[in-house]
Amino acid sequence: MTALRLALVGAPNSGKSTLFNGLTGGRAKVANYPGATVEMRVGRFTTPSGRDIELVDLPGIYGLTPRSMDERVAVDHLTGKTVDQSAPDMLLVLIDASHLRTHLHSVLQLRSVGAPMIVVLNMFDLAERDGLKLDLDILEKRIGAPVVKCTAPRKAGRAALIDKIDQRLENGLPPTPTHKRTGALKDIQREARAIAHEAIISEPLFNKVTRSVDKIVLHPVAGPFFLATILFLIFQAVFSWSAAPMDMIDAGAVALGEAVGVALPDSWLKSLIVDGIIAGVGSVVIFLPQILILFAFILALEASGYMARAAFLMDELMRKVGLNGRAFIPLLSSFACAVPGIMAARVIEGERDRLTTILIAPLMTCSARLPVYTLIIAAFIPRSSVGPFNLQGVVMFALYMVGVASAILVAFVLKRTLAKGAMQPLLMELPSYKWPNPRDFFVGLATRASAFLKRAGTVILATSILLWFLASYPASAASLRETFAGRMGALLEPVLAPIGFNLEIAIALIPGMAAREVAVAALGTVYAIQNAEENTAGLGAVLQSAWSLPTALAFLAWYVFAPQCFATLATIRRETNSWRWTGFAFTYLIGLAYTAAGLTYWTAKALG
Amino acid sequence: MKLTELKKGEIARIVSIAPEAAGMEAKLREVGFAEGDEVELAHVGPIGGTPLCVRLNKTLIALRLDEAVAIEVETVT
Repeated sequence: MTALRLALVGAPNSGKSTLFNGLTGGRAKVANYPGATVEMRVGRFTTPSGRDIELVDLPGIYGLTPRSMDERVAVDHLTGKTVDQSAPDMLLVLIDASHLRTHLHSVLQLRSVGAPMIVVLNMFDLAERDGLKLDLDILEKRIGAPVVKCTAPRKAGRAALIDKIDQRLENGLPPTPTHKRTGALKDIQREARAIAHEAIISEPLFNKVTRSVDKIVLHPVAGPFFLATILFLIFQAVFSWSAAPMDMIDAGAVALGEAVGVALPDSWLKSLIVDGIIAGVGSVVIFLPQILILFAFILALEASGYMARAAFLMDELMRKVGLNGRAFIPLLSSFACAVPGIMAARVIEGERDRLTTILIAPLMTCSARLPVYTLIIAAFIPRSSVGPFNLQGVVMFALYMVGVASAILVAFVLKRTLAKGAMQPLLMELPSYKWPNPRDFFVGLATRASAFLKRAGTVILATSILLWFLASYPASAASLRETFAGRMGALLEPVLAPIGFNLEIAIALIPGMAAREVAVAALGTVYAIQNAEENTAGLGAVLQSAWSLPTALAFLAWYVFAPQCFATLATIRRETNSWRWTGFAFTYLIGLAYTAAGLTYWTAKALG
Repeated sequence: MKLTELKKGEIARIVSIAPEAAGMEAKLREVGFAEGDEVELAHVGPIGGTPLCVRLNKTLIALRLDEAVAIEVETVT
């Protein structure tokens, strides 16, 4: 017998993911919904009586009127509109028990889907502790579907639900309910309120912890200050905590390269493995600690309920440039890497708002720009102090700020020209504060890590091999200018010369298309320094003599904007489903990069 | 009075939700706003007093001024 398909449905923050991870043990196949790019998590489990269940974790919805892209996918899936995918056999409808009164109408609305359902009152222990008392019998009778209490993070808390699933499936699939025709939302709400009125014996007061924490966190003065502190902490952590593990990965890659170098005889194969694969892939894997630290913060902030508060605090500022407070989360993620940031834009209601967010996400300084910035700043910016600050640090900070400022400017222009559209509502729930669930946290982190490593193992591996080939052949080449890479660089040279870039930079920019950090490795190869990245000080010294200061500054300015990342462009293509917008993103970013580099070069030259 | 006219900490009951605001009514209803529900203006945003954060029954909801004007309330005495 094939597995029965159950779908987890519920409002955002009703604890769907925790229940999903609990039931399936966190093992999920992540696939895209057919025809859409929204991720669908599918897991399996077996009930005590041996029934195979396939569980689908749907994006959070409040009702059957979809607002954002992932809500639309959820609704389509429920109503069986999704291409070549049958509607679920049964629904597990989740409600946060303490929000029963507010959310009950969505359960009644879901009856119109026409699938049998089990209503799951989640986080029941918390609600009960706060003083919720319910008459479950009345609730079941009036809804017309079984209702179970559930505490998703604990095995014992999920037992009743699993029993109920078994019980409902005892005689095969329960008959499709002959649901009442559902009327207008207003009438459904009236019915829901009447049921809640009957079934709720006593109701808890509003969550006390949340109320007192919010007094500070949402305070008009203290709130923004607290948010700024958290952001500062995150950046501090990303840059300082990551140093040790990054050094370890670096040392590991060097050791591996040396070991392979000793083991293999000199040949093209050795060169390919050591210079091409280990050096190339190693230079990317080194960013894993930074990405993990950033995502750890983002996951924890999201699970605790703070992220929605940050969106609330930032909304008015974002609205002024035509964006939505909800865009804050994807843009924050983009400081680690634009790829997950662009994907996180799915929560944004309104295609135009989502598009604008996607188009400006690459302007947030991602961690792959760090090696470029670090190399050039260390080589060209003196360590002198500016007031209490170090000039090198000031330049680094300025590069981040230029990125943010241009993002604001671009958003402002886009919303008034190409991405014009009605202002989308903010309208979102601020969940009660809770401690992040450790299992959810680690499952989320592992998903990010494996996605990143998969990329390093495929795209970056392929480009590393290609770069090695282009820079090493034809074998007859006496200098780099005669290699394939050199000939390609020579083609670009006339275009790049006006902004102060020399042939070596032109060559490095070609493989640097794959990922920004590759440019550092490529420069190393171009300047014929072995193991350029392991020895950036050496490369820095060479650059000091080979480049003028205006060239170095122009190179930095270029990297604030340059869309040199295949993965980002591929993600934009996937998420917008449009080559036109992908082309637009590439063109405007390259245009900005060229202009900024040119302006920087000529200004610096004029100032001497 | 409108929901936007509430003072911070003031508690009111929802009288009606303006149906003319195109599409807005359905969105407001889906997140939970309904006639007879209790609302309290819990917090306001740091810039220009927007967005609003209201407590609807036991749930906190953030919304902008132009969304909140669609909700008609009367204060509970």
